[in-house]
Amino acid sequence: MKVNRTYDEINERIKKGEAVVMTAEEIIPFVEEKGLEQAAREVDVVTTGTFGPMCSSGAFLNLGHPMPRMRMSEIYLNGVNAYGGIAAVDAYLGATEIPKTDPANTNFPGEFNYGGGHVIEDLIAGKEVYLEAYSYGTDCYPRKKLGTYIKLEDMNEAFMFNSRNAYQNYNVAVNLSEKTLYTYMGILKPNLGNANYSTSGQLSPLFNDPLLRTTGIGTRIFLGGTEGYVSWYGTQHNPSVNRSETGAPRTPSGTLSVIGDMKQMDAAWIRGVSFLGYGVSLMVGIGIPIPILNEEILRSAAVKDEELFAPVVDYSQGYPYGRGGPLGEVSYAQLKSGTIVIHDKEVPTAPLSSYPKAKEIAEILKSWIKEGQFLLTEPVEQLPSADSGKKLSPMKIRSRGEEN
Amino acid sequence: MVKHKIVLLFPATVVEQPFLYHLVKDYNLIINVLKANINPRKEGTLVLELAGDKENYDSGIHFLESRGVKTVPLEQQIVWNEERCTQCGACTVICPTSALEMIRPEMTVTFNGEKCIACGHCLKACPARAVEEHY
Ligand code: SF4
Ligand code: SF4
Repeated sequence: MKVNRTYDEINERIKKGEAVVMTAEEIIPFVEEKGLEQAAREVDVVTTGTFGPMCSSGAFLNLGHPMPRMRMSEIYLNGVNAYGGIAAVDAYLGATEIPKTDPANTNFPGEFNYGGGHVIEDLIAGKEVYLEAYSYGTDCYPRKKLGTYIKLEDMNEAFMFNSRNAYQNYNVAVNLSEKTLYTYMGILKPNLGNANYSTSGQLSPLFNDPLLRTTGIGTRIFLGGTEGYVSWYGTQHNPSVNRSETGAPRTPSGTLSVIGDMKQMDAAWIRGVSFLGYGVSLMVGIGIPIPILNEEILRSAAVKDEELFAPVVDYSQGYPYGRGGPLGEVSYAQLKSGTIVIHDKEVPTAPLSSYPKAKEIAEILKSWIKEGQFLLTEPVEQLPSADSGKKLSPMKIRSRGEEN
Repeated sequence: MVKHKIVLLFPATVVEQPFLYHLVKDYNLIINVLKANINPRKEGTLVLELAGDKENYDSGIHFLESRGVKTVPLEQQIVWNEERCTQCGACTVICPTSALEMIRPEMTVTFNGEKCIACGHCLKACPARAVEEHY
């Protein structure tokens, strides 16, 4: 490789306000025009973005000690349960938790108008939420019951810690059955009525770093409108999958676990959402910078929708019951055109993840870097990649002592 | 004598049946078609002004409902809250008239009130609850 840049060199240029930064969309025509080598010489950083529903999200909160003190064992924020099985006034509020009073799917399809994701959004928006807590009482923590209003700024610490975000590729969901399905992939109309997908394709962070060369533990990122960090690989991280020549996975693959200070976040980039008949979730805005260390890294970051493929999966039988394999593969360019063809039928497509917002995130991150406010970090440790052998295994239901 | 503007929503299975003929012949109603549309998924929408004797009017509506045609009063107003909209696009395959539509290749979502027939499908289909119903 002819171009060889270091993190330090890039950061020096960022500090001087000289770094050349482009979004993962802008870089595509630039590389086509200049050629890979010349483009790699000129560009220091490529920024990516995604803004979509990410269910494995939540926040650790330290609510503060009331007097008399309390070991909160059952905690509700606006009626939504937060996990209290950690230290006295610590809690983990999960995005998909629903209030204990929610009728859920008893009146199918349930509406799920409010839940953990919405509480997180309300807190970030600076709203007061109602905290209700119960305890069995101890000598050191005598209080048994508490009810108070609380704001994010009243809490000692509040950090978002999401165990699985930024999925590298995902299924395109369709419905082969005769009845409407209500899923985490949205409403799927009968007889291939629509096809829903959920990544930002050529702008998506891990599609631009398919082999996780530069995204690793400690990578500084855009998270919810502020700086956050990659803390680990995410749950269900599955790098050992079928890949294209460009290295991009052709099925759901890598995931990230991320962390960031909720007090610095902006509710424009963290939004509670409701999926009819399914539940609540959280839309999370993530942007990852890719340092252009060499041509190979740039080649991956210049990937375009035509080169990225996702499997089409039936959510009536295929996904829930594991019957029958994928119905085929489509490119993100096809998905974005508005229709795809499955079983000779033209099927209208819709994203669940917002492309315009993903682009805005990539633009914001670009401006932070250009203005010298955001320096790049070299991973403390690489994440397991295609050569790691790490695989996702399904559960086998077994009796005691039975071999797997 | 009653007179209302209403929207009829036909599922694909019944779209070819002669409902208007029955409304005129069997229920003695006066019909003024304001807008008609069949989408690519063969679901139909029809905006009508319907007038007639109160009893006949109610029976006519009942007849439509019993055949799987949904009727919605046009007075309902649908308001798109652009601030809350995340521009995801999920509603665009749910809206029967493309009132909520995706502009490609930019992938931005727009709302055109003129095309909206107030069916209400988008209200619960929008994950961000960015579409509101006003009366
Ligand atoms: S109510 Fe919603 S789904 Fe129905 S036509 Fe209007 S915008 Fe479309
Ligand atoms: S589903 Fe809601 S948030 Fe998404 S584009 Fe439509 S109106 Fe906007």
